[in-house]
Amino acid sequence: MELTVNGAGRSVAADASVADLVRDIVPHPRGVAVAVNGEVVPRTGWPARMLRDGDRVEVLTAAQGG
Amino acid sequence: MPFELGGETFTSRLILGTGGAANLHVLEQAIRASGTELVTVALRRVGTAPGSTGGLLELLDRCGVRLLPNTAGCHTATEAVKVARLARDAFDTDWVKLEVIGDERTLLPDGVELLRAAEELVADGFTVLPYTSDDPVLARRLADVGCAAVMPAGSPIGSGLGVGNPHHIRLIRQGVDVPVILDAGIGTASDAALAMELGCDGVLLASAVTRAADPVAMATAMRYAVEAGRLAAGAGRIERRFHALASTPDEGRPEL
Repeated sequence: MELTVNGAGRSVAADASVADLVRDIVPHPRGVAVAVNGEVVPRTGWPARMLRDGDRVEVLTAAQGG
Repeated sequence: MPFELGGETFTSRLILGTGGAANLHVLEQAIRASGTELVTVALRRVGTAPGSTGGLLELLDRCGVRLLPNTAGCHTATEAVKVARLARDAFDTDWVKLEVIGDERTLLPDGVELLRAAEELVADGFTVLPYTSDDPVLARRLADVGCAAVMPAGSPIGSGLGVGNPHHIRLIRQGVDVPVILDAGIGTASDAALAMELGCDGVLLASAVTRAADPVAMATAMRYAVEAGRLAAGAGRIERRFHALASTPDEGRPEL
């Protein structure tokens, strides 16, 4: 299925969860947070939250600023 | 005297932002030189903004400083509340430097959205440190809804213009019972010292250090400026006089 991840198109397996996607993007998910379609998905909910075609996913982490 | 903030005790009254540093090596040296114990970071897409490619959290660990997430770049209460919740999930802290920008050119805060976001985050258990304008009434409202401190801008972010309205900073200090931290606009050490002399409990700055020609030297200067300003504030300065007051007595002057 096709997702938008951090503003760019990305193909993932049809049964992918948020946890699967995060694992693909960052090897060590320390300091990472995820929002799907503008809503926060807490870390504890990543494995159970299945992604759907067309989901907009933000995978965020610490950056210099402020 | 130690600095109480959000139920925690700090020795340093200088809070450092991480934006603008040329690289993580310089940032680490500046953090160490500044003596800070609290450092603010933004939340951005993985692998995009400086620092987001990894290493920033490890750097803060090595320096032994506490992390203060911020909502930099947010323009509405809704957006800022979401970013605060994402930061809490990412970094296991309910502390947040709350920033809701209301104007692109000055980056001054939107007071209406800021107050709304502060209320919601306090109710959700956050320790809220709001970046606010130098409006004494808004500062009081933020303290009234339960913010752990108020952080008025001395002048616009990154401007280096220093403390534009010292009178208002004094009024803010008198008007609230929570710590007042001068946040934004500091250009050089004397600005930070002035903020402390006005009665501020701390200073938060980033660009003044990270964009200085020698960030490590400026970080050291800021460390001493905050300490000097704090000491001077408590030392009872002399009155300003129109004319001179001789410091040497007339008695015993030779006749020549």
